[in-house]
Amino acid sequence: MSIAETTGQKFSPRSDFLDGARRGLPVVLASAPFGLLFGALAIQNGMTLGEAVLMSATVYAGASQMVGLELFGQTIAPWLIVLSIFAVNFRHVLYSAALGRKVTHWTSAQRAFGFFFLVDPQYAEGEKQSLRGRLSFAWYMGMATPIYVCWVIEAGLGAAFGSLIPNPHALGLDFLLPIYFLGLVMDFRKRPLWLPVVSVSAAASIAAYYFVGSPWHVSIGAAAGIALAAMMPPSGEGTGA
Amino acid sequence: MSTTIWIILAGAVATYISRIGGHLVLSRFDRVHPRVEAGLNAVPAAVLTTLVAPVATTGGPAEWAALVVAGVVALRGGLSAMFVAGAVVLIVLRNTL
Repeated sequence: MSIAETTGQKFSPRSDFLDGARRGLPVVLASAPFGLLFGALAIQNGMTLGEAVLMSATVYAGASQMVGLELFGQTIAPWLIVLSIFAVNFRHVLYSAALGRKVTHWTSAQRAFGFFFLVDPQYAEGEKQSLRGRLSFAWYMGMATPIYVCWVIEAGLGAAFGSLIPNPHALGLDFLLPIYFLGLVMDFRKRPLWLPVVSVSAAASIAAYYFVGSPWHVSIGAAAGIALAAMMPPSGEGTGA
Repeated sequence: MSTTIWIILAGAVATYISRIGGHLVLSRFDRVHPRVEAGLNAVPAAVLTTLVAPVATTGGPAEWAALVVAGVVALRGGLSAMFVAGAVVLIVLRNTL
């Protein structure tokens, strides 16, 4: 643990922002294909370029945007589309509950603004940064800004030039995010109960995926892993872990 | 405004509620029960796993090899290294198998 070492150093909002931006770069690379793909698919599903950009800028949640697109193409009641978007994004409730404990030094306005940008990697990196001892608002927004700006631009580029992508499957575009998410899972392997939680969540989400259906596998799988952690004896007692 | 725009804006509001809601609910409690604490500490692994495991079962040899290689690289290298390694394996195998 190097938390004690870092607390003695001086931090400025500027260096925090730049450090956050550095953490955001791999996310920009990993999410770029999806940002572009979303724009391209939006046009194919009958949206205008402006609507595609508006959705990326206001919803700002890749998976739920794709689900929304899928439903726009069909004759489905608008409220049901909104409910589906909410269901896909429900995991963010857990992110904000967990990360909220780490940002009590932010102002209310900073929290209200910052949590808009709470996408999966933003949450994961935010947790890691708080373990390193300092999750400042400047660091958080340093990470969020390049990811958000690129995401919105990509929707426009994908909408304008999407038809030029020759073969998305050969480029692996549909499977890059799962690889990236696996990396985030691995990053937390030092946490107590990591392997049991991952095993239970994996098994439950796979079962739910086939027997209940998407997007409920996310909530069900997550609930199983979290319930396991909550039921186990508190760490720090017993084995001295 | 068109129906599409209303759906987008309502979806945006729903998403924002999901991102601020957990914190608003939890911050009303002065103390957090140790079991809730333990559950929240498991959130990253539990949620992120559900974004990988079911999708992995829908893949074939190329996807599985990419995940295995990326997972092994993640044990030693950083996030960027594991991502690039996995992507390269995926793209090469999809174009050769």
